[in-house]
Parts: sequence; structure tokens; C-alpha cells
Amino acid sequence: MNGLLATLEPLLFIFISPLLAGWIKWIKCRLQNRRPPSLLQPYRDLAKLFRKTPVVASHASWIFEATPYILFASMLLAVAIIPSIAVHLPTASIADVIALVGFLALGRFFLILAGLDIGTAFGGMGSSREATIATLAEPAMLMGVFTLAMSANTTNLAIAIDYVLDSGLVLRPSFVFALAGMVMVAIAETGRVPIDNPATHLELTMIHEAMILEYSGRHLALIEWAGQIRLMLFGVLIANLFFPWGIAETLTPDALTKGLAAMLAKLMELGMLLATAEMMLAKMRIFRVQDYLGFAYLLSLLGMLSHVILEVG
Amino acid sequence: MIALYVLICIPLAGMVLQARLGDSRAAGSWNVRINALSFVAALWLAIEISNQGPTSTHGGEFRVDAFNVYLVLLTAFIGLTTSIFSAPYMENERVHGRVTAKRLRLYHSMYQGFMLAMYLVLTTNNMGFLWVAMEGATLATVLLVSLYRTPESIEAAWKYFILCGVGIAQALFGTVLLYFAAGQTGDPATASLQWSVLFAHAHALNPQVMSLAFVFLLVGYGTKIGLVPLHNWLPDAHSEGPTPMSAILSGLLLNDALYAVVRCKMLVDGSTGTQMAGYLMMGFGLLSFLVAALFLHRQKDIKRLYSYSSIEHMGIMTFAFGLGGPLATFAALMHMTVHSLTKSAIFVTVGHAAQVAKTQQLEHIRGLIKTQPAIGWGLLIGTMAIAGFPPFGVFTSEFLVLTATMQQYPWLTPLLLLGIVIAFSGLFHHIQPVVYGAVPDGQMPVEANLWPVAAHLLLVLWMGLAIPGVLSHWFEQATQTIAGSLPL
Amino acid sequence: MNDLIHHPLEEQAILFIAALVIFSSFLMLAQKRLASLVNVFAWQGLLLALATALSAHTQQSPHLYFSAGLNLTLKAMLIPWMLSRLIVKLDMHREIEILLYPSITLTAAASLVLFSYYVVLPIEHLSTLATRNAIAVSLGVILLGMLLMVTRRQAIAHVVGFMAIENGLFFAAVSATSGMPMVVEMGIAFDVLVAAIIFGVFFFHISSSIDSLDVDRLNRLSENES
Repeated sequence: MNGLLATLEPLLFIFISPLLAGWIKWIKCRLQNRRPPSLLQPYRDLAKLFRKTPVVASHASWIFEATPYILFASMLLAVAIIPSIAVHLPTASIADVIALVGFLALGRFFLILAGLDIGTAFGGMGSSREATIATLAEPAMLMGVFTLAMSANTTNLAIAIDYVLDSGLVLRPSFVFALAGMVMVAIAETGRVPIDNPATHLELTMIHEAMILEYSGRHLALIEWAGQIRLMLFGVLIANLFFPWGIAETLTPDALTKGLAAMLAKLMELGMLLATAEMMLAKMRIFRVQDYLGFAYLLSLLGMLSHVILEVG
Repeated sequence: MIALYVLICIPLAGMVLQARLGDSRAAGSWNVRINALSFVAALWLAIEISNQGPTSTHGGEFRVDAFNVYLVLLTAFIGLTTSIFSAPYMENERVHGRVTAKRLRLYHSMYQGFMLAMYLVLTTNNMGFLWVAMEGATLATVLLVSLYRTPESIEAAWKYFILCGVGIAQALFGTVLLYFAAGQTGDPATASLQWSVLFAHAHALNPQVMSLAFVFLLVGYGTKIGLVPLHNWLPDAHSEGPTPMSAILSGLLLNDALYAVVRCKMLVDGSTGTQMAGYLMMGFGLLSFLVAALFLHRQKDIKRLYSYSSIEHMGIMTFAFGLGGPLATFAALMHMTVHSLTKSAIFVTVGHAAQVAKTQQLEHIRGLIKTQPAIGWGLLIGTMAIAGFPPFGVFTSEFLVLTATMQQYPWLTPLLLLGIVIAFSGLFHHIQPVVYGAVPDGQMPVEANLWPVAAHLLLVLWMGLAIPGVLSHWFEQATQTIAGSLPL
Repeated sequence: MNDLIHHPLEEQAILFIAALVIFSSFLMLAQKRLASLVNVFAWQGLLLALATALSAHTQQSPHLYFSAGLNLTLKAMLIPWMLSRLIVKLDMHREIEILLYPSITLTAAASLVLFSYYVVLPIEHLSTLATRNAIAVSLGVILLGMLLMVTRRQAIAHVVGFMAIENGLFFAAVSATSGMPMVVEMGIAFDVLVAAIIFGVFFFHISSSIDSLDVDRLNRLSENES
């Protein structure tokens, strides 16, 4: 049972994440009064890419070919430990948020190296931009998570979610600030507008896309898929940390189904909000990103300060 | 306590009256009359208090004891003599077109407004209301500093407003903390902002909170006293405004702020039982004294010169009050009196000197004693008095401060002496050419009423030679209240 | 341990509003346009009035309702209105101020909030009021108001900073002592109003004297003058 559940979790992410990407695209198109592609289009795209042969530059190193697999594997590890439909998954004891950040950093590290690997100008540019954003976003994310951890007295995600569920309705200013900070960081980490436009074709405005310009075939499929999983990961993280109601606290099939339904509903909701925000905002100039992430850091810091000053004692 | 109510109603009525009539030719003399009435009311109050001892009104909102009654009398007296000087001075300014009719109305009504605020600061028993009145005094005078509408005066008024406003906001936080401490004693009778109640129950107030409150109160009211490093507004505000304004700001407002600090110190000392408040005051006072003495040498404007002298003397007074003990407190009280009298007299003389030389720059004022001997002599004797020459009263009070320092902290005495010498040399190195020196072209004598100057300097001389019994009795009573025992 | 769960909802709401107030102080530091600065200041006044009204309810002190109303009228409506009118009259609503060193300012602001928390710790330990944790927020608002004044060149920004300091003081009185005696509060409100009026008069003088409201240009009086 435990083994089954442990494999179910990442499989869930693998198979639902393209649907989430399709949903966001669908909402955006409807808001822009266009006819949207089918919700299953991302699956078709991935299948198409898997059928094609990857073309690799002759002077590429082992990093270039290994990166898609490493990235995908690190994403799987990351989603394996996040409580998505149930709090007390078999992997709950290793569901530490610092481990999570470490997995994400691992994938990103290799992606940055892969962008530099072939020596193209755009690859290097994308890598350097990605590294800058990562440097600024990571402290903000950690600060936001630590704020939560201070309330719950643990960095373990499962225990933290348990704590929030047990407290009932409490107006915690620290949570509100941490939520705001995390949302801003999530947008930066997943490369959405206003940080990076995932649908852009202008290389000089690219950040994430520039790093993966040279990839094709199944490599590209794995990287795209990893990106979609990443988006779903952040969505589930925010939904379950801040609004955990509906998640299964026991491992009965009844609770699990309810948990699944709750997670899907929250993801749909977040997807709609993201699509609306992307529609309303314009992409920022690169040098403004540091102000944006600085503000995210400030919000998380304020959350921490609110916790220490207002909530304790 | 009818005298008190009369004392407060007179400037209030005067303010309203001058708001309508302030631009007429009789406005100046009306100002004098209103101040004379206030002086009579203050005398009446003083006599009442010396007969009855400390008295409060019903409900305890106002309280007059030995400490503030003589300050009230001093305020009324200096207000009166300055208004005698101000009447022809402002008329002169109006004739030369430096102030318009509307601004004269503002000037005269705010003069009374300022006096009202001063009386309220001195006689209120409620620490919160003391703050309100102090801020009110700032507000009343801020537009007067920029009366001439030159860019420099507007800048000075802006600095004054912002720096004093921000500073005094700290004092309000200190007052909130005071109220907090009062509420924390567990005895509902102490949960009030009345000074008399707080003083009676001082030992029950939490020392940590009181220390914190005192820091904020010292910084806040210290800004208004002109303690270094919070003094930046003082030379500008005192030099750019009209001269009567400089006289009453230097003579009265600084004193009242120091009075507020001493009242707070009495509360804090009763609560903490340590010397913390005293040390803080000594530190700030000594710093102000030395820094101001050094800055005296660099000054190029005659009014700024004497403003720094005010900062220096307020530093000595703060130091002396911080030193504590009956002798130092007596000295400080005496110094408050003589400094106000001398400084306002000096500013009156300086105002006329500036009119004679048509400039405030020291290097262009020369040979006053030849152009108009009365002004020259007044300036010379006033500067001698403020620098601490015997037999003037300033010498006596400074001597007493030195004696007290030698008794308690002998190693600080050389610093004080050094400061006095530096200040002395700074003043005289500027004033000697101003008074003597060759007369430049274009200096004509002006019409000047120097009786206020003479009256003040004579009083200071009298206090230096032999303090009148009444005054010394008041000082002793105030010392008893503040320091707990008699000086001799 | 976290005590927040043990408080009733109104007290949690007060602390929540306190967090929003300090957030608005940070926002004021980041505003480049004067009109939006005045707007954020108005919101801060509104939040404070709300917090005061909630305190009146939880502490059973009816006079706090009056203070809340006074603060609302003065700080959330009258003074922002006066300032907005001044901005339009002085033709400043298009000006954008370039913030010098925004990151250093924000770091300094966070340090000031931490410092104010440290300073009021002994008081918080003594107090029994539910709002005692908010005393640190009030001192933080005071210090951030001062930081706002220090980092700006426009005179109107200085006035907003000054009024923000008064906001912090009002909040300190509410959170530490459940309001000052009524006569003192009325006096303070009167002083603030007169100060605002005098500021308004001042702006015209400054503007007509040096043709701008950039306070850096008020620099004729200094120790080095000739």
C-alpha cells in the first residue's frame, strides 16, 4: 500500500501537469477572445517531440545530453515529497522544505550549465539571467517558507500542513505576507509573465527559453515536461501550505478521492488567477526584476517580522 | 486660583484682539498694555502662592508651586519689556516696508499666542497637556520666523518647524510611555498624567519603562532646549526672525523646555532611584556647552553668535540640573533667571545695532560706541554679563555650578573652566571690534528705547551682588522641591 | 509557542491590521509619485481608525470610538485632501522623484523595525493589553516616518512623513495605554490640524521664494556661509 501510494504521487504530477498547462492556455485564449486549442494539446506536443530524433551539436559535452534526464529526475524527486492529495504520504518524513529547495536547485544548476555548454550567445545569456533571478528568488522563497516554519516549529511540510489544519481559522499576518512573497517568487521561478514570457519568440527577451534553444526531440520533451511539473509543483505548494482545507488527513480511499478533488479544484482556481494576471500585466524589463524580487523578499521578511513581533508572546 | 485663570485669559483675549487690530498704529502699544496686565496677574499669582504654598485647581489640571511661579513671573516680565522694545521696532520695520499690514496682525496676535502657550506650559499639571502647549508654542512662532519672507528666513522657519516637530514627537512617545507606566502600578489612582499624582507615587512606577520614557522625553524636549546634536534649528530660527522674536525665543522658550525636562527628571529619579537621568542630562549639557563655545569663534552673523551663546548657557543649565544636589539646582535656577534677562537685553541691543549698521554681518558692524554710545555700551556690558564677568549674576551662578562640580565630580571642573574661557574669548574677539573699531560710512544713530536693556542689566547686577530675599526664598523653595533639601 | 490561536477573532484582526499598517509604511518608502504617497498615507489613517475602533470594542473603552472617528476625519480624509489639493495647485502631480538607494533604504527600514521591537520589549512584557504586541509596530511606524523624511527631497514628502510619525504616536497611545485622556487627544488633534494648515501656508512661501519645493535647494544657511 505504501509503495503503491509512493509511486502514485509522482505519477499524478506527471500526468496532470500538462493538463494544467493546457488549462492555463485555454483560459488565456478565452480571455483574449481567441479560439483556444484543445485542453489535451500539450500531451500531443509531448508525444510529437518524443517521436523525433534529438539533434545534438558535435562539440556538446556529456552535460548537454544528461541534463534533460537529471532535470526530470530532480523534478520527480521534488514532487515525490510534496503532500498533494494526502498529508501523511509515505514520503512525509523526508518532506523537508530545504530538501525541496535543494532538488529544485539541482535541476536548475544543470540547466544553467547546459545552456552554457554549446557556447552559443543566447544560451549564455539565458543562463546568466536565470542564475541572477535564482540568486534573488531563492532567499525570498526560503524566507517565506521559514516564516511558516517558525509558526509550525518545523521545516517538514507534512507537519506544517497538519499544524495549519489544526489551528482552524486564524488571521495570521505572517502567513498573508509569506503568501504574497511566495506567489511573487513562484512567478519568477516558473518563468511566467511579468518575469519571463513563456510564449515569446524574441530571443533577446528570453530567459528560460534561451537556455533550451538548442534542445530538440525527446530532450526537449523532457525539459518541457519538467517545466510543466515545476509549475504544478509550485501551485500545489502554495495551495496546500496556505489553504490546506480538503487535503486527506487519513489514507482511506474516501479521503484520498476528496483530497484529489480538492487539489484539482485549487489548481484550476490558481490556473485561472495566473492566466488573468498574465493577461493584465506586461513583461518587465530585466533590470526591474531585481526590484520585483527585492519586494518579494521584503514581503517575506515582513512576514517573519510580523510573526516575531505580533504573533509570539 | 483666580489669578491663574486671569493670567491665562488675558493673552487669549489679546490674541483674538490683535488678530483684528494688529495692523493699526496703536497695535504695538496695545501689545504693551496686554503684557502689562499679564505681568500684574503674574505678580498677583506669585503673591498668592508665596502666601499659600503650592496650590492646584479643582481636579488638579493646573498646579502652581515655587518652581513654576517664579518662571511665570519671569516670563511675564520679559514679555513686557520685550513688547516695550518691539512697539517702536516693528513700527520702524513697517515704515521701511519690511513687513506688510497682514503680517503685523499675524505678528501681534501670535506674540500673545506664544505668551499664552508659555503660561500653559508652566502652570499645567497634566504632562500630556504640557506637550500640547509646547507644540502650540512652536506653531505660534514658526510663521513669525519667516516674517520677512526672505529665502533665508523661510529656510530657517522650515528647519525650525521640521526639526522641532520631529523632535517633539519623540517627547510625545515618552509621554505615552509615562502614561503606560502610570497605568501599570496596579493602583487605579495613579493612572493619570498629572505630575503631582505621578510624583507622589513615583516609587511605584516601573524603573525600566521610566528610563526608556526619559530618554525619549530628553531627546524630545532637548530638541527645544537646543541641546547638541539636536540644536541645528536654533541659530537659524533665532537669527532670521524679527529681533523681538529672537529675544523671547531665547529668553523664554528655552527655559520652558528645560522646565519640562526637569519635571520629568524628578519623576524618573523618584522611580529609578539611580542617577541615570542625571548622567544623561550632564552628558548632553556638557556636550552642548563645549560644542557651542567652540562654534562661537566661527560665527559671522551677530545674531547667530548670540544664539550659540544661548545654546552654551542652556548646556550649563542642563548640566547643573543633571548634577542634582541642592547647590547645583540653586545655581541652575538662578542661571535660568539671569540668562533670560541678559540674553533678551542683548538681543534688544543687537536689534538696534543691526538697524544702525543696516546689516547683521559682524564684519560690517563697527564702532558702535562712537555712532550711538547707548547701544555700544549696552552691547558691551551685556556681553560682559553673559560671558560671566563679576559682579553680574551670571558669574555668581557659574561659580556656584563650578563649586558643585568640584564637590561631586572634580575631574569635570577643568572642562567647564575651559569651556567658559573659550566662550569668553569667542564672544570678545567678535564684539571688541564691533563696539570699538573704526566707524564705517553710512552708520547713523537710530531711535532706540534702551530702558528695557537697562532694567534687565540692572536686575542681573543686583542679583550678582546680593540676591533679593524674595527671589532667594523662591529659589530655595524650588530647590527643596527638586533636589529634596536646601542649598545651605 | 504561538499564542495567536488563543485570542478571539477581534484581537487577531487588530494584530493583522497592525501588520498592514507597517506594510503601508514600507509602501510609502517605495512610492515615487507624490499623489500615490498621499494615497497610501490616507489608507494608513483608515487602517488605524479601524484598529482603534476594534480596540474600543475589545477593551470596552467607548472613548476610543471617538478617537477613531477623530483620526479618521483628520488623517484619512482632511489632511490627505488638503495635501492633494496642494499638489494640484502647486503643479506637482506629474513629478516623479527618483529614489536614491532603494535597497539601502529598505534594509534600513527593516533594521529600524527590528530595533523598535527590541526597544519596546520590556514594555510589552509588562503590558496586559491584547494589543501590546502592536507597540513595536507603532514605534516602527514612527521611525519609518522619520526615514521617509530623511530620504526625500520634496517638501510635501516631508509633511507626509511628519504626519506618518503622528500616526505612529496615535497608534502607540492606543496600543500601549488604550488611548490618552480625552483632553490630551483633542489637544494633539488640534495641534496636528494647525500644523497641517501651517504647512500648507509654508509651501506657497517656499514655492514662491525658491520656485520649487525641492528642499535640497534650501541651503543658504550653513556654517560655511560668507
